[in-house]
Amino acid sequence: MTPKRFRRSNLVWGLVAWLVGILFFIPVLWMVLTSFHSEADAATNPPKFTAPLTLAGYKEFFGATTGASPWPPLINSATASIGSTILVLLLAIPAAYALAIKPVRKWTDVLFFFLSTKMLPVVAALLPIYLIAQKLGLLDNINLMVILYCAMNLPIAVWMMHSFLAEVPVAILEAAAIDGARLPTIIRKVIVPISAPGIAATALICFIFAWNEMLYARVLTGVVAGTAPVFLTSFITSQGLFLAKVCAAATAISLPVLIAGFAAQDKLVQGLSLGAVK
Amino acid sequence: MSAVDTATTRVTGPAGAHRAAAKPRRAAWARRAPLLPALVFLIVITQLPFVATLIISFMNWNALYPDQIHFTGVANYRTVLTDSLLRASIVTTVELTVAVVLISLLLGLLLALLLDRVFVGRGLVRTMLIAPFLVVPVAAALLWKHALYNPVYGLFNGLLTVVWKAFGSDNPPQPDWITNMPKGSIIAELVWQWTPFMMLILLAGLQSRPAEAMEAATVDGAGPWQTFRYLTLPHLRRYLELGALLGSIYVVQNFDSVFTITSGGLGTANLPYTIYQTFYQAHDYGRASAAGVVVVIATIIIATFALRVVSSLFREEAKR
Repeated sequence: MTPKRFRRSNLVWGLVAWLVGILFFIPVLWMVLTSFHSEADAATNPPKFTAPLTLAGYKEFFGATTGASPWPPLINSATASIGSTILVLLLAIPAAYALAIKPVRKWTDVLFFFLSTKMLPVVAALLPIYLIAQKLGLLDNINLMVILYCAMNLPIAVWMMHSFLAEVPVAILEAAAIDGARLPTIIRKVIVPISAPGIAATALICFIFAWNEMLYARVLTGVVAGTAPVFLTSFITSQGLFLAKVCAAATAISLPVLIAGFAAQDKLVQGLSLGAVK
Repeated sequence: MSAVDTATTRVTGPAGAHRAAAKPRRAAWARRAPLLPALVFLIVITQLPFVATLIISFMNWNALYPDQIHFTGVANYRTVLTDSLLRASIVTTVELTVAVVLISLLLGLLLALLLDRVFVGRGLVRTMLIAPFLVVPVAAALLWKHALYNPVYGLFNGLLTVVWKAFGSDNPPQPDWITNMPKGSIIAELVWQWTPFMMLILLAGLQSRPAEAMEAATVDGAGPWQTFRYLTLPHLRRYLELGALLGSIYVVQNFDSVFTITSGGLGTANLPYTIYQTFYQAHDYGRASAAGVVVVIATIIIATFALRVVSSLFREEAKR
């Protein structure tokens, strides 16, 4: 291929890529744009792309007429997501140590057992969890969601941490052991610093999946511990227009995930591939 | 699942070490110790409830009739397996999963190939392409249902109006997307969310191709198609399989889209939705549990195959 032809084909494929990228982005853009329109402008056909912008949708999201503040569900979601992510890391890092660095016998079987629990449909365990939570008085309690989200993400976290810890050079660990460092010290002073990027990727993925979860939250929480995704569905009303405020709520609730994901795109890739991609 | 359970007991149990000296046994337990908290936690939270599901599945238990709780043997299973709704929802689950995973895998591959080239603003295009995956699933489903699919003021029909007006027609087609193609609507929304995921994994795969082999192919006069067919595709196999497996795990369990877009109506009720409804609205705990057990057995069969694929995948990686 001559350089000139090469350049032209690159230009064409570059344009195609831009076009597809914009196509995929349009729904997100439309969601954000609609969230800044008035309800009347949001529900028009043909669409009013240049309608005046307003914060009315966001005011509704913050409870202007209903008086329902979004903060309790947002704080619940943050508690459940951050709490479960910390718990996941506390359990997954030592487990990954016993699977990658000083592996137990048949460590591959254990690893696959972890992944196989992920294939167990959530709904199959939903009823007993509901009944047990009812008995223990844990219904509508955000701590229950912390525990369940931790269990939900633990298999993935163990897989990811396993493949990240497998990269830690053995010589460093041996040196630390010879110097008389005990396991907690080795984990804290050697493994965590070396595998920090991997831990960050794991934490990001666990946070996103916990933040997004709805089925457990819908069944097991109510007025007190309801999370943001459940709150979001409450903006659908059978009467009147609701498109702008639904878009405002959807944008606001997706914002933490969008920011975290955009800021850490490489971590996202590492995490999504369960650490198979470095 | 239970099959895997026994495998674990073999690993964490005393592993035939009872005759061995105390020292290696202690060493073995020292190795296992860091693993135990995670393993015990996972078994207690995800496996024990399933045992309860199994027991309840043999009971007549409707929460609306609390004085009539008793064991009924396999009655629930007979109901479940002859229930045409449940059978339909099994088919729907397979249809949704296969369609979403295959289409998003194919689209993801095409996008990854595009993004593997050098062009102006590549980072920005990648960022735009990731965005759909980062919208909270319920929010995405609501967005598609109300802001895009709505026959009166949705963006799709709005754009049809704009295009038809541009050509001087006052009579644009205004299809009711969700009613006309309920499954297609759900599939399209899920494909939109999962294509970025596949694209990211496959792009990482493309970028890990050995540069020397690619250069050698060009030097030897291999065309782009030949390079793709005999070099890129075999290299991408692991990544395609990984994407398909992870995608399936999540799409099979999809609840948010079905619940939001059609509320399980118009033949779109998949298994998670049907079980949710049996439990949450009909309060028939026994039947919901039996359905859950059936799902789990089906999942174990599929997962056994899937796991075999992944294990071969990671064994290859270990060999590298």
